[in-house]
Amino acid sequence: MKIVVCVKQVPDTTEVKLDPVTNTLIRDGVPSIINPDDKAGIEAALQLKEKLNDGSTVTIVSMGPPQADVALREALAMGADEAYLLSDRAFGGSDTFATSTIIAAGLKKIGFDLVITGRQAIDGDTAQVGPQIAEHLGIPQVSYAEDVQIENGDTVVVKRQFEDRYHILEMKLPCLLTALAELAEPRYMSVGGCFDAYREKEVKVLGFEDLKDMFNPEHIGLKGSPTNVFKSFTKQAKGAGTVYKDISAEDAVATIVAKLEERHII
Amino acid sequence: MDFRLSKEHQLLQEMYRKFAENEVKPLAEEVDEEERVPYETVEKLKRYGMLGIPFPKEYGGQGGDVLAYVMCVEEMAKVCGTTSVIISAHTSLCATPIYEFGTEEQKQKYLVPLAKGEKIGAFGLTEPGAGTDAAGQQTKAVLEGDHYVLNGSKIFITNAGFADIFIIFAMTDKSKGTRGISAFIVEKDFPGFSVGKHEKKMGIKGSSTCELIMENCIVPKENLLGQEGKGFGIAMKTLDGGRIGIASQALGIGEGALDETIKYVKERKQFGKRISQFQNTQFEIASMKADLDAAQLLVYRAACAKQNKEPYGHMAAMAKLFAANTASDVTRRCVQLHGGYGYTREYPIERMMRDAKITEIYEGTSEVQKMVIASYLKVN
Amino acid sequence: MSKDVFVLMEQRDGELQKVGIELLGEATKLAKDLDEKVVAVLLGSGIKEKAQTCIAYGADKVIIVDDPELKEYLTEPYALALTQIIKEEEPEILLYGASSIGRDLAPRVSARVHTGLTADCTGLSIAEDTKLLMMTRPAFGGNIMATILCKNHRPQMATVRPGVMKALERDNTRTGEVVEKTVDFSKDTHGVKIREVIKEGKKAVDITEAKYLVSGGRGIGSPEFFGTLQELADVLGGEISSSRANVDAGWIDRSRQVGQTGKTVRPDLYIACGISGAIQHVAGMEGSEYIIAINKNDTAPIFDVADLGVVGDVKVIVPKLTEAIKKVKEAKAAQ
Repeated sequence: MKIVVCVKQVPDTTEVKLDPVTNTLIRDGVPSIINPDDKAGIEAALQLKEKLNDGSTVTIVSMGPPQADVALREALAMGADEAYLLSDRAFGGSDTFATSTIIAAGLKKIGFDLVITGRQAIDGDTAQVGPQIAEHLGIPQVSYAEDVQIENGDTVVVKRQFEDRYHILEMKLPCLLTALAELAEPRYMSVGGCFDAYREKEVKVLGFEDLKDMFNPEHIGLKGSPTNVFKSFTKQAKGAGTVYKDISAEDAVATIVAKLEERHII
Repeated sequence: MDFRLSKEHQLLQEMYRKFAENEVKPLAEEVDEEERVPYETVEKLKRYGMLGIPFPKEYGGQGGDVLAYVMCVEEMAKVCGTTSVIISAHTSLCATPIYEFGTEEQKQKYLVPLAKGEKIGAFGLTEPGAGTDAAGQQTKAVLEGDHYVLNGSKIFITNAGFADIFIIFAMTDKSKGTRGISAFIVEKDFPGFSVGKHEKKMGIKGSSTCELIMENCIVPKENLLGQEGKGFGIAMKTLDGGRIGIASQALGIGEGALDETIKYVKERKQFGKRISQFQNTQFEIASMKADLDAAQLLVYRAACAKQNKEPYGHMAAMAKLFAANTASDVTRRCVQLHGGYGYTREYPIERMMRDAKITEIYEGTSEVQKMVIASYLKVN
Repeated sequence: MSKDVFVLMEQRDGELQKVGIELLGEATKLAKDLDEKVVAVLLGSGIKEKAQTCIAYGADKVIIVDDPELKEYLTEPYALALTQIIKEEEPEILLYGASSIGRDLAPRVSARVHTGLTADCTGLSIAEDTKLLMMTRPAFGGNIMATILCKNHRPQMATVRPGVMKALERDNTRTGEVVEKTVDFSKDTHGVKIREVIKEGKKAVDITEAKYLVSGGRGIGSPEFFGTLQELADVLGGEISSSRANVDAGWIDRSRQVGQTGKTVRPDLYIACGISGAIQHVAGMEGSEYIIAINKNDTAPIFDVADLGVVGDVKVIVPKLTEAIKKVKEAKAAQ
């Protein structure tokens, strides 16, 4: 079975801070990481491969700038077999529709049985690209996968998490699922894996020319994106209230209680 | 000259850091407090290949290099001195001499499980009467037919309490002095071999430091490492390499202390200011950083020289001398910057100061390093 | 020619979910600016009677597909039904709840009908000049806001998080049109089967529904302290919630996480205990009516959004506060 995991390199948004003076994002020095849900997807794929132990392989696909190479190397160092970077200036400015169009084209070119994407990326939080890829490929999708098993070699059984319930679903390959962080706790890279990632394995780059027969060129990049950003802005901080600094615990409690009474909360 | 890490090493560094932060750091205080070996960490080190970093894949290793290995010790030492010395003693002092001096059979039998982390290694040279003066070995080995019989004891042996394989030095011919010393690969289950008292220490409290006792211990003849009478050379060469490991441990402890201190001085306020705003703090931090970076360059240089099979003994000695001194100095100054809190166990900094001290002592005291360097300069 | 503002009414086991009702309220505003109608789309099995509820909350028209195939949510039958409605009705705008169903279905449909989709919007409005839907959402982990347009494709589609929009008051006197449609589900070739539906034994506490929230951050020091916070929540009649760190540490269930990767809450009162106020957390609670922050560190960013801030030790203040509130309540009850 050929398991393909789609990953995105993202800025670690938990490390992003706002400049208190200019109220703009400080992007310098923010580390780039593999999107956490995608990493759970990589782990799930590696576990499936190890469990099946039948020559199944794990392929990693990412769309991004050349710098995304390092994210793919990390996946290789975790134990993935091969990696593809879909990278071309023509892909720039793509929204989720255009991105999923490109990745679906890449997947058609590379081949797949089971496609795993993360639920959502922490920089965009859209959760759209996975289901959109599935639609472009015409295969079933299950989002919010918390557990996945393969039965009889071609039946995928997925436990899907919703707010108030779980579904146990089954379907035949090929299909796509989107991974929750709970799907699998990602392993670390191994020492040997780090060396192999550069010395034994390669990251193959596919550009516009490689994929142009697989998609409608009108549907990719900035021009092929149905949505575009009209403006972006930092949030207006809410006006600060009163902060009591040197206050005894008793006075603090009295102050809070008075406010709660004033607001008819108690 | 290029001082940048290769891409492989950058990736490794990232992995070591995440592993140290998430898996090792959370246990560091407990391991120190309870003076226990972090076995759960050892299992994880094994899983990710950190017990066989510089050895070729055909011997169960990771196909890495000496730099990759010392970077691992460094990153672990930043958060836990105990964990770093487990790796260092295992790799430098047990697996490496088998790799460098062992026969093919010995490598298959012992290096492979050591490099895979299935077996843990230790090194027994020091005796009650033979510390810095390692030549004063009292342990004796007598060849009787197809085996040697060892008698004697070793002290202060790192990893001893849970190691499976030991490199043991003993006199096969007392009349020849250092040329009468031989090295043996001893399994913990060999008849007559036992682990004695466990030392209570000032620092690296989680590491197992014990006495080894050999009473008519039977060691098969094929477990002689190298040739008879060549043991002292093996011990000295092994320690040359080991020193790079300990130097990186010292480096890591110092770096870890500085990381903690930078975090602290940005939070702590006195006189209505963060203490990071005082020039004394800034100057202290700056000068410690410069020392630590200098130490790192010495450590990495020695590691690369060993990897390239260049003479590196003096480089290892300089790296250890300087890094150990820096670690002790930096941790002491970091405690000072923490003030009263630094003296409490609420902060990790006092532990780091205790852990740092040993790096000036084991695998050759700082004085021994100076002897090695002076001898390299032919000043004698 | 596309027209009207459509809302996908999410239902589970035949019960309408709050988010759809909220969206009808928002759709009413948008429809007014466009001088168009609000259309509720109701997909399910045995759900016809809910049409009146949709009308009472603002729908001018309700389109129903009532079919056993739609009993439990599965992507393909729902996508088939909704795609058919889009093709036949040509909505100008289509809104979904950003629930796990909405976030599974909406992108699938957007790719099928080839239109744009904006996720997790926190603000929607109609541009005065172009009459385009301005969809505003947090991006980059909540650090910035972006306004997104979908100029050339219809419908303009957005998902909106539960709790963000305000529902209208229910008005049972409202009237509207109800249209039923049938869908040919034999076109579903996906072959996804439901083996089992496992409903949570006890209904997971929905912190977005709580009026008062007592929330613990890293500063509470131990998982046990959530018990102390629970006592405070109990005397207030509220719930406890958490910042991400404690959830990641396994101290409390993920369903109680507030913030960018957790839930957006807008309670009447939010008491942040030992929460530093990382931007990801603030993104999920700044819409709260009244915010009280208790934190040791006087520079914690939580104080920037708090209406009332107290610099002090939560471990000391919270138990005293619980006692004080108890006393006040007892005194009032005695009056």
